[in-house]
Amino acid sequence: MSHHFVIRVVGKLLIPFILLFGLYVQFHGDFGPGGGFQAGVIFASAFVLYALIYGVDKAREILPDDVLRVGIALGVLIFGGTGVVSMLWGAPYLDYSPLASTPSAGQHIGIFIVELGVGITVASVMVTLFNLFARRGGDDELDAE
Amino acid sequence: MITSNLPALQVVVPLLAGPLCVLLRREDVSYAIALLASWASFAMSILLLMAVLENGPISFAFGGWEPPWGIEYRIDSVNAYVLLIVAAIGAIVITYARPSVAYEIEPQRRYLFYTAYLLCLAGLLGVTITGDAFNVFVFLEISSLSSYVLISLGRDRQALTAAYRYLIFGTIGATFYLIGVGLLYQTTGTLNMADLAERVSTVTDSRTVRVAFAFMAVGLAMKAALFPLHIWLPNAYAYAPSVVSVFLAATATKVSVYLLLRVYFTIFGTPFAIQTMGLGDALMPLAILAMFVGSAVAIFQPDIKRMLAYSSVAQIGYMVLGIGIATTVGLTAGILHLFNHALMKGALFMAMGCVFYRLGSVRLEAMHGIGKTMPWTMGAFVVGGLSLIGVPATAGFVSKWYLILAAFERDWWWAAVLVLLSSLLAIIYVWRVIEVAYFRPPSDSAATAAEAPSVMVVPMWVLAGANVYFGLDTRVSVGVAQQAAKSLMDGGV
Amino acid sequence: MIEPGLYNYWIVVFLMMAGLYVVVARGNLIKKLVGLNVFQASVFLLYITMGKVEGGTAPILAEGVTVYSNPLPHVLILTAIVVGVATTALGLALVVRIQEAYGSIEEDELEEKDERDERKLRS
Repeated sequence: MSHHFVIRVVGKLLIPFILLFGLYVQFHGDFGPGGGFQAGVIFASAFVLYALIYGVDKAREILPDDVLRVGIALGVLIFGGTGVVSMLWGAPYLDYSPLASTPSAGQHIGIFIVELGVGITVASVMVTLFNLFARRGGDDELDAE
Repeated sequence: MITSNLPALQVVVPLLAGPLCVLLRREDVSYAIALLASWASFAMSILLLMAVLENGPISFAFGGWEPPWGIEYRIDSVNAYVLLIVAAIGAIVITYARPSVAYEIEPQRRYLFYTAYLLCLAGLLGVTITGDAFNVFVFLEISSLSSYVLISLGRDRQALTAAYRYLIFGTIGATFYLIGVGLLYQTTGTLNMADLAERVSTVTDSRTVRVAFAFMAVGLAMKAALFPLHIWLPNAYAYAPSVVSVFLAATATKVSVYLLLRVYFTIFGTPFAIQTMGLGDALMPLAILAMFVGSAVAIFQPDIKRMLAYSSVAQIGYMVLGIGIATTVGLTAGILHLFNHALMKGALFMAMGCVFYRLGSVRLEAMHGIGKTMPWTMGAFVVGGLSLIGVPATAGFVSKWYLILAAFERDWWWAAVLVLLSSLLAIIYVWRVIEVAYFRPPSDSAATAAEAPSVMVVPMWVLAGANVYFGLDTRVSVGVAQQAAKSLMDGGV
Repeated sequence: MIEPGLYNYWIVVFLMMAGLYVVVARGNLIKKLVGLNVFQASVFLLYITMGKVEGGTAPILAEGVTVYSNPLPHVLILTAIVVGVATTALGLALVVRIQEAYGSIEEDELEEKDERDERKLRS
């Protein structure tokens, strides 16, 4: 698809803003509508768009499979690890209150970290899903030729 | 502070061990993590059961959000018992797993196998431990999704279609449950089980609650593979990798049956479930049909794993029969059979795993004369088979004994007769295997087969031995089951 | 009489039945998954409908607003949607591998091939 000039230009224009919007939804999640799930999906959609324009192989050069695999695992571990940390401070599991000097600040930091974990995992999973399916189809086409 | 977090850790340890395996990727490291996490959750389940038996129900508020607003983990004698079953089977299976996994699953997929195994374990434990109706759905799907993956790792291509069919059925079942929870939330405005129980009793004449009851009953029956919603089960268990068959057969349907109990008796309450909705009358014929159809179809299976899977359908019939009798003794029998069936099916599927490890097949024609070359494996199969039939001095006898007691208590002598008759069918299908294994000249592959490695034989005999032990010393198993049944009938959480 | 305010529930029921019908009646594995998705979507709608409070706004603290829609069903259904995505992805992955292993995704053809395998094993 690399010769489609319009798509490439529009894509180039859009992708940074999609990423930025993803980050906004991610980090604004504890003040307004947003959060890790949505942000992760938006963030991933930028990479999906990139892969659609330049091909899956190019996209995989930017985000290699190993990075995605680590991202999937790391996000969940960040989420769960926050709970473990709060537990080590003597609070119930996933009670973020002791993470900072005052309980409400602690809740703030806690939810921030947890949503970050969610965002990383969701984005990695979405890109991985897309890559896996797209790659399979590509192989088939090559076989057919 | 660690002890007060025990209920959370019970689920969190295997849940976080899963992604850790993905992160580290190496097969041996993954196995070590899985082994550690499984045994740790087994230890925690023992501690929890002891704490519950000593001090009564434990409530744990997640993140410090008090129930009924936050998610509550609530452990009483019923789910502490089921937790112990699941965690114990999980620990024994993972100890047994390594050679079998190395034989059946490609090297680059093994770390994913252990990940899926840990997630499945975490999901099953989560379903059991939680006191929140929606949280149940989440954990149900965690365990189901990972078990679809586990089943699809089987070597035959039928494993893929079996996993697909299970996915369709499992999703419909879970979604039915979700609809039921939604309708209940609509009428009561709460998701906490204890809170629900309180409020549902005030609105039982509303049609919404009845519809919710029906949706949840059907959805969970689908998950529990209650006849006639069992058609996903035989192929799923037959074509899954051996370790997965052992694990799922011994735990997954048990957890669903537990959930049935929880929903019927705790949330809706005994009077509503039994008298208003006629649950007993609805379950009774299905249970009896399951007992006979499952056993009868099992007799004609050339593949022994498939035979055992059909036998599981029949055994779920016994559990549900106990629930359908709907007295304290009946429930005791049902819960007891939950425990005993995990032991016997665990041992039987493990024996088949050993046979597959050596022969590469578990079909009857491949197993001619295998009793002579693999004496320990087939010995465990015989013990498990006797327990399945319900021969005295095995665990299977104890649960059938209580089932018959419960039937007589309600003057349903015909139910007792039917239990005995269906046990005769079990004799036939177990005998087919024993006859082929011991009284036929060895086939080529069986003659050269050696005994399975001891890492597999020892866990298998632990389960086989447990069948005998709990057949003789019934204090623990019956005692806890009775206490659980009583608390369910009284409607307390 | 049907109250007009409850028409959402009729849509829910319609989608639920349509989805379930497709799952049962279609032999193509992809179509089955589509049916499953429609079925799940009906449940999402059921939850979202029940979260609506008449005259309520989005549940964000703001001055001058006292009536909010119930955010809890929305959060629950967000979780259910994620579960649904995972189920669909897994289902599709299985279909891809079934296609690779069998060369077909029609249920009756798959059964035929399985039966042929079974006969071969028996003889």
